[in-house]
Amino acid sequence: MERIPILKMGPFLLVTIQVDMHDRLAMVLQDDLTSMISRTGARGVLLDISALEIVDSFIGRMISNIAAMARVLDAETVVVGMQPAVAITLVELGLSLPGVRTALNVERGMALLRDAVRRADGAGTDAGADAIAAALAGEEDDGGGDAPRGPRGAPPA
Amino acid sequence: MTSPSQARATIVPAVLERHAAELLDVWTQEQTTAGLTRGAAGDLRARSTEFLRLLQQATAETSGVGDLTAVHGAPFARVREFLGALSRQRAAEGATPSETAMFVFSLKRPLFVLLRREAADADRLADELWVATELVDRLGLLTTEAYQRGREEVIARQQQDMLELSTPVVKLWDGILALPMIGTLDSARTQVVMETLLQRIVETGAEVAIIDITGVPTVDTLTAQHLLKTVTAARLMGADCIISGIRPQIAQTIVHLGVDLADVTTKATLADAFRTALARTMQSVAPARHAR
Amino acid sequence: MSVVRAETVPVRVESDVVVVRQTVRQWATSLGFSLVDQTKLVTAASELARNTVVYGGGGSLTLEALEDGARRGLRLRFADEGPGIPDLALALTDGYTTGGGLGLGLSGARRLSNEFDLDSAPGKGTRVTIARWR
Repeated sequence: MERIPILKMGPFLLVTIQVDMHDRLAMVLQDDLTSMISRTGARGVLLDISALEIVDSFIGRMISNIAAMARVLDAETVVVGMQPAVAITLVELGLSLPGVRTALNVERGMALLRDAVRRADGAGTDAGADAIAAALAGEEDDGGGDAPRGPRGAPPA
Repeated sequence: MTSPSQARATIVPAVLERHAAELLDVWTQEQTTAGLTRGAAGDLRARSTEFLRLLQQATAETSGVGDLTAVHGAPFARVREFLGALSRQRAAEGATPSETAMFVFSLKRPLFVLLRREAADADRLADELWVATELVDRLGLLTTEAYQRGREEVIARQQQDMLELSTPVVKLWDGILALPMIGTLDSARTQVVMETLLQRIVETGAEVAIIDITGVPTVDTLTAQHLLKTVTAARLMGADCIISGIRPQIAQTIVHLGVDLADVTTKATLADAFRTALARTMQSVAPARHAR
Repeated sequence: MSVVRAETVPVRVESDVVVVRQTVRQWATSLGFSLVDQTKLVTAASELARNTVVYGGGGSLTLEALEDGARRGLRLRFADEGPGIPDLALALTDGYTTGGGLGLGLSGARRLSNEFDLDSAPGKGTRVTIARWR
């Protein structure tokens, strides 16, 4: 069965949607992602939709659901790279994805997640946040994460 | 009311057919004298030949069946098409409406001369002249209408150009775009602005965009909603919008129209908006300490 | 106004929704629609195709390239022989759904189009027609 790959990057999960998603694939992704968050204890999800040519109400709902479910599992979600035409259409359709964080690209999305996690952990006062920060410092050399590689210096899952 | 053309069959189609060559000669002569050869002298004869042919076909088809002067009917479709294309071309070349209409009106005299020769008696001649006058006049009106449409197309195209020129998205600072809007915002313009701005956000990777409407005198409901949609769409893409320079009247309008700008950052001036944008992108501008 | 070109594609199963999106994209591109307009058309088609499969039990989509003077347009007709819609006004209300969706399918498709027509009655199937002009 066709599946959308989920990459683990340190404490975060990266999903790059590159196919014209049919509804069942979207549902499978939703399931895969929530179980992966709970299995790995991931603190954030980066949903890269820069290759998506449309977002209709079904995919819009999937995005909102992922963000809401992730939040319940103590992970932040950032949707990155939505194309202008897609954004205009989505607004016209009547969806504004309230409660979903957004960023222009993967690099910015990562920074946003890092901030959110740091804030949630009390501005880096405990060792855990420092470890995350150290892990992320390594990620930054990857050129904004456009070509995700294996996690470097990440704490064992 | 019955027009003479309906009362009995007119000889106009027959004249057009039988004396086609003669009519063409006299008519092109007439056009040359009237100075209508400007622009496309070589085409004059070909153009006139083609028009007479189409006109003859149309009138022959109408003859005996309906009103010969019903130029909006189906038999005249190709005549209308021809005149439409010609008039639009003339409009684009910068010809005046009179010059354009003279192409058809200059046909009147040569046609009258032929009719006078061919009509059986004075009564008949009066009827024929009436039909011919009405026919040529209506065709003349067609050219004027087509000319008008041609001009309108030119104006519409220029408006589109203006629209694109009048919405410059400028980079104010690293990661900060500004869109100073001037003039009345209608729905079409706001839409173009919206698309341009969002496109530039992607291209430049700007996190904050300032829409300054200091130069906008009024907004209506639709425009206010478009602005709101722009802000929402930008947020979906991951950028923040700040609207600055809202005039007191516009603030009143927005509230009266019930448009909810609660989730939108608004600032009184572009400078205020810029300060906010700097803070959001964690940048600052400080005065130089030493002036050399 | 005249129809220059027409084509009918099946909308029976879920994977047809993706085919509909691709077909509408191709037509909109070849008719010279801007990227934003293409996206609106494809999104509206996606909503309506899903409705046809989920609520109508499958049906078809007829695409028609329109010409009206200098204007060019694309018309999409979705038709099914399903149970039909008892209350059209209610079905067009934002947020109203019988199938667990967001209830934005019909109302959203209407907002994304220049022309919209909904024809349905219980037991008579559903025909939704939208058109967008360039």
